[in-house]
Amino acid sequence: MHFTASPVPCSARPIQFDAGLCIGCNRCVNICQVDIMIPNPEKGRPPVVLYPGECYYCGCCVMVCPRENAIRLEHPIMNQARFVPVHQPQEA
Amino acid sequence: MTREFEWPYPDETAQTEHTESDVLVLGGGLAGCFAAIAAAEKGCSVILVEKGATERSGSAGSGFDHWESACTNPCSKVTPEEITEAYIEEQDEYSNGIAHYIECREGYDRLLDIERYGGKIRDTDGEFIGAEFRDEKTGLMFAYDYENRFTLRVWGSTIKPALYKELKRLGVRIFDRVEATALLTGSRNGTRCGAGAIGMNVRTGKLMVFRSKATILAMSRPARIWLFNPDLVGLCEFRPPQSIGSGHAMGWRAGIEFTMMEKSVRGEFSAAGRSFPPYGTGNNHNTWYAATMVDARGVEIPYVDRDGNELKTVSERYRPAKGQKFFLKGGVIDEAKYPYRGPETLDFDTLIARGYRLPFYADLSRMPEMERRVIWGMMVGEEAKTKIPILDNYTRRGFDPAKHMLQSYGSGWQSAAFLGQERQLFGAPGGIMHDWNLQTNIEGIYAAGDQLFASDCCGFACATGHYAGRTAAKWSKSISFADIDMEQIDQERKRLYAPLDRNDGISWRELNMAVSKAMQNYCGAVKNDDLLKEGLRLLNDYKQEIVPQLYCQTPHDLMRTHEGLDILDVSLLILNACLIRKSSSKPLYFERSDSDSTAADAEKGFIVLHQEGGKIIHRTVPHRYFGAIKAEYESLNRDYITKGRS
Repeated sequence: MHFTASPVPCSARPIQFDAGLCIGCNRCVNICQVDIMIPNPEKGRPPVVLYPGECYYCGCCVMVCPRENAIRLEHPIMNQARFVPVHQPQEA
Repeated sequence: MTREFEWPYPDETAQTEHTESDVLVLGGGLAGCFAAIAAAEKGCSVILVEKGATERSGSAGSGFDHWESACTNPCSKVTPEEITEAYIEEQDEYSNGIAHYIECREGYDRLLDIERYGGKIRDTDGEFIGAEFRDEKTGLMFAYDYENRFTLRVWGSTIKPALYKELKRLGVRIFDRVEATALLTGSRNGTRCGAGAIGMNVRTGKLMVFRSKATILAMSRPARIWLFNPDLVGLCEFRPPQSIGSGHAMGWRAGIEFTMMEKSVRGEFSAAGRSFPPYGTGNNHNTWYAATMVDARGVEIPYVDRDGNELKTVSERYRPAKGQKFFLKGGVIDEAKYPYRGPETLDFDTLIARGYRLPFYADLSRMPEMERRVIWGMMVGEEAKTKIPILDNYTRRGFDPAKHMLQSYGSGWQSAAFLGQERQLFGAPGGIMHDWNLQTNIEGIYAAGDQLFASDCCGFACATGHYAGRTAAKWSKSISFADIDMEQIDQERKRLYAPLDRNDGISWRELNMAVSKAMQNYCGAVKNDDLLKEGLRLLNDYKQEIVPQLYCQTPHDLMRTHEGLDILDVSLLILNACLIRKSSSKPLYFERSDSDSTAADAEKGFIVLHQEGGKIIHRTVPHRYFGAIKAEYESLNRDYITKGRS
């Protein structure tokens, strides 16, 4: 059987690579327990995220990456909680 | 433009690999790793099968922040018997006395093992010297009840890689990227018994046949039953998207007994919908206990003890009330009964009545520095899915816990607002029925971790995994391989690859969506015989009409397709379990509009069901079927005890 695959469209972009920093070692591909990436057919280039919607946002790809900042993992905008400067305590 | 890629792995769908081992472990999370380690230490040949990559797979793959019920740690002021009995009583006896006792009795031994393998379980770097929650002599750090010291704060992100290294050192044969799909059964002296399992490589499609003398089910609890989002599949549930209860599904198909499967709770976590990423918002539970909470004006929200007395200091939030020996908090315990209830913020309705203003926030800046640093930086950081997407990202966005407060959403600590029909198997859900050997009703098949009924945390997974590894190893040494009917393998091959052989059809996403909608419609917050039967009819129709139309293009999608089929089978198991229980049950979060109160007394106990020859067979087992916990445990574990490990 001859298999081919295309990235499955998704509303979010969980994983983004900095192509200048990524060395294409594919450690992230092989640690991902959800197996959402495949190695890039061009050696040394960042992996291809085939199944972005299946990302579990565990962060193991970033944890195993040998190059700092080569991978950015971010939740969809809706999941980014708001924070504000602390208020001075007031009386209830 | 969407680019098409060649599949990077070889097509091995026509190949079959046969293996043999004394002990076969299905699932490489915490429970599976410890099961494999224990069996290998007993001199058995061991195979471990994992759908992801064992080094970081399972619910705790990226970490966990605390370890419950470590009753035998040198600082503990409680006994294993006290905590096990408290759990049983707290859950109105719908609790797993055997597994909880193993957790309470042996959990700390597993932590010491983890430390030997290279994991971090104590403050070896002296980061928290002088903190109230740190024991100066041992460096152990405690959460929740600082007085009784039986829940430990641990560096869970170091643990899976350490276990993985130990598995390799012991020579366990690890099959990563292999999805177990069916149990093999055989016969020995006329008795049906476990004989191994069948699986499939999720990259190459190769068929795997694992023959074994003993088999341990150590996969996840079911998920994606009621909650599904076809766009953000990975965010649907608390646990990883591939941890969906395949072990339950294959067990159900093979005739294994389950109990408490009628229990489900209103959803608590689904970051694809009505909640935020776990521990990523302002809250004061689990990882964040006992964070200071404030209202929108910055007015502090009081903590009170179980008697409603307002607590004046942060330190008091971590102490039992006057006259109380210890309190319970953690994954399974939302709001404990009075005897075990710990300090908590004033309830929401009281706060609103008193004029507190929304939204609320967690404000760690008002806590002592050690408490602030241990919550934000250690707990948020070590707890699964917090190190990168929460701690790292929020820090990049400029969050500083000494200067900022983090918003809380909705009215509950989960920052979630689920509907009654959006349900999850959470808070000690149902699972496999077992005996004191953690053996199922089928000889030679054992279970551990999240597959056991009323499971909870990481300590539970590790302790029961190790225990099942020992009992399975012992069994495997006393017997030979069972005879297998090879027809099982041919049938499974046909079932597995059918969706790849079609040229067009229905996707697994459409099936999963249909199943979860059916479960919301027919098995929601309030059950009713007619609706449950209608649900069964519909799901059986899906089996007949939709399943033969499933289609996929790659081995990866084939894995997801079989997950969908497993979700369908588990849903049938749940519907059948709900149909059997005729009266509403509060402790099981089981409500019927047609509750038969005359059945309530007879139904007090575990309803246990399995299928045999297409028929559903059930029985009721008394709550205390496991006997006197300490005496039973000690009579069966003399070897373990004499080695000084418990």
